Amino acid sequence: MAGSTDLALEIRGISKAYGRFPALKNVSLQAKEKEFLALLGPSGSGKTTLLRVLAGLEHPDEGEVRFGGEDFLALPVRRRKVGMVFQHYALFRHMTVAQNIAFGLTVRKASERPSKSEITDRVADLLSLVQLDDLGKRYPSQLSGGQRQRVALARALAIEPKMLLLDEPFGALDAQVRRELRRWLRELHDRAGVTTVFVTHDQEEALDLADRVAILSEGELIQLGAPNAVYEAPATPFVFDFLGAACRMPGTVVGDRLTIGDWETQASKGAPQGVVEVFFRPDEVAFAPADGAGLAAEIRAVAQRGPDVRIEAMVNGQLLELQAHGPTLPIGVGEGLSVRIRPMRPQVYAAS
Amino acid sequence: MTDRAVPNPIVRVAPYRARRSRWKEPSILPGFPLAMGITLTYLGLIVIVPLTMLMLRPWELGLDGVIGVLTDERVAAALKLSFGLSFLAALANAPLGLLIAWTLTRYRFPGRRLLDALVDLPFALPTAVAGIALTALYAPNGPLGIWAAKIGLKTAYSPLGIFIALVFIGLPFVVRSIQPVLEDLDHEVEEAAQTLGASDFQRVWRVVIPAITPAMISGLSLAFARAVGEYGSVIFIAGNLPMKTEIAPLLIVIKLEQFDYAAASAIGAAMLAVAFGSLIVLNVIQMRFARKGRV
Repeated sequence: MAGSTDLALEIRGISKAYGRFPALKNVSLQAKEKEFLALLGPSGSGKTTLLRVLAGLEHPDEGEVRFGGEDFLALPVRRRKVGMVFQHYALFRHMTVAQNIAFGLTVRKASERPSKSEITDRVADLLSLVQLDDLGKRYPSQLSGGQRQRVALARALAIEPKMLLLDEPFGALDAQVRRELRRWLRELHDRAGVTTVFVTHDQEEALDLADRVAILSEGELIQLGAPNAVYEAPATPFVFDFLGAACRMPGTVVGDRLTIGDWETQASKGAPQGVVEVFFRPDEVAFAPADGAGLAAEIRAVAQRGPDVRIEAMVNGQLLELQAHGPTLPIGVGEGLSVRIRPMRPQVYAAS
Repeated sequence: MTDRAVPNPIVRVAPYRARRSRWKEPSILPGFPLAMGITLTYLGLIVIVPLTMLMLRPWELGLDGVIGVLTDERVAAALKLSFGLSFLAALANAPLGLLIAWTLTRYRFPGRRLLDALVDLPFALPTAVAGIALTALYAPNGPLGIWAAKIGLKTAYSPLGIFIALVFIGLPFVVRSIQPVLEDLDHEVEEAAQTLGASDFQRVWRVVIPAITPAMISGLSLAFARAVGEYGSVIFIAGNLPMKTEIAPLLIVIKLEQFDYAAASAIGAAMLAVAFGSLIVLNVIQMRFARKGRV
């Protein structure tokens, strides 16, 4: 990708503690112009705190935030021109949808404020952008959750923000609406071309939406990368676990050979030596006959749920829960049968 | 088999539906007839019957007699004084009560709970005690009265004194109405306003104040209603000069002492009518504000 010249957001060494509780520990990351960056982590990982630092709603104890080369921390919230969207919408209940959207324009100083008719036009444009053309006169309480969040987004975009900050914007919505809004948000971002930072604890959402994903845990940045890169090569067992279902088994690495139970295979490059923990996805497993290659496994139970099959298998004295796609499941896999399984992409981490 | 032997849910539900009146919303809570019955009986005994008696009593004077009582200069002046000062006191309490509620909810400081408890004192104190205390304080030789006199202000024994007493007793109503709403106000809404470029003043004026306006108006209504009926704390500080500092409730007592029951109830009925009217107006205004945010 492009060099450092089009870096928009630079975060360096941000630390923040609430009393004795450290919320952020020396976090550094950058975002390019027009990039869609997801901050992903469990609750308490510091992702929302980091977003609030970017908005100016929190001040870090240490570190530096620059946007377009400008020292962001020196600017008060209202001069940063960031559009913030909150999980619970935070709309002004006593204002109509149109008044909500216009708010950021009407609070400007008289010299910078657009004329009344310009504001009206702009609100109409934004309403059609968020597909709520006819709802300008409604009050927020007359809208559904998904509609409210689109109003919040339009309100944030009205100030032509340098950066869009979204704090779990779909967290309060149901699964169906979530998925629809997710696609729509991505399209909107591509059209509006605003650098966007998106906070979520939903790994699917982050992997689906973002150009790059930053994974945080306990205030630290654990891994930063493109969704696929992060998913395929999680940096730590935590990341592996957080990004999806995981099977874990003990193993050993000697030289370039990895041994798990009674199966020996090629170790990945740079794998730690000695006793290791092997992680693999329960659905990234190949089955082979009992006399083939792989880990000896005894099938204990097979349960079909729609297209997905859940398989409980005893492997090396350990009960594993595997997943497979029904139609592609080999015939030999049935309750009480012995097979061999081969994790297709095992990840090896030094044993803790 | 007969029809009776086969339980038919549709047949069994239909008569119930037909019976249901449109006044009564279906509710998961049982006991509506009982609850409504007790409510009406209680309200009838406590509120409606006595007030009806009050409204009936004056007419033994005849229409002309009632008009005569109410157009009497002294009565008219007392009514004007009572309602005017009550309204002004409630109005003065609105910004002050807001400020106190704001301080109590927005800041954390030592002694906050004590201060919070202090707000209720005017409410809990016997009003006569409050009256004596205020009079002692604001009398021309009292600790505050002396200073007021020096700048040429007559406090006790003047309308200003009545105003002070009414502000005193009305304050808790305003504070306690605004406080819970201010406490519940979503912090994120204010943060959203900030990120959109609002200054501190704009944030308070355009986001916080509109959100608490309905509560402020209902607090104002309560303070006003309380002030109109206030007697104990006012009569000590008022000086009770006819035409100048005589409040309507006192005039009622005076009429009663003269065994002029009909005239007393005529003034009472007039107060009731005006108070009721004012409260309805305030309620309508309050509902208008509240509706914006809700319906």
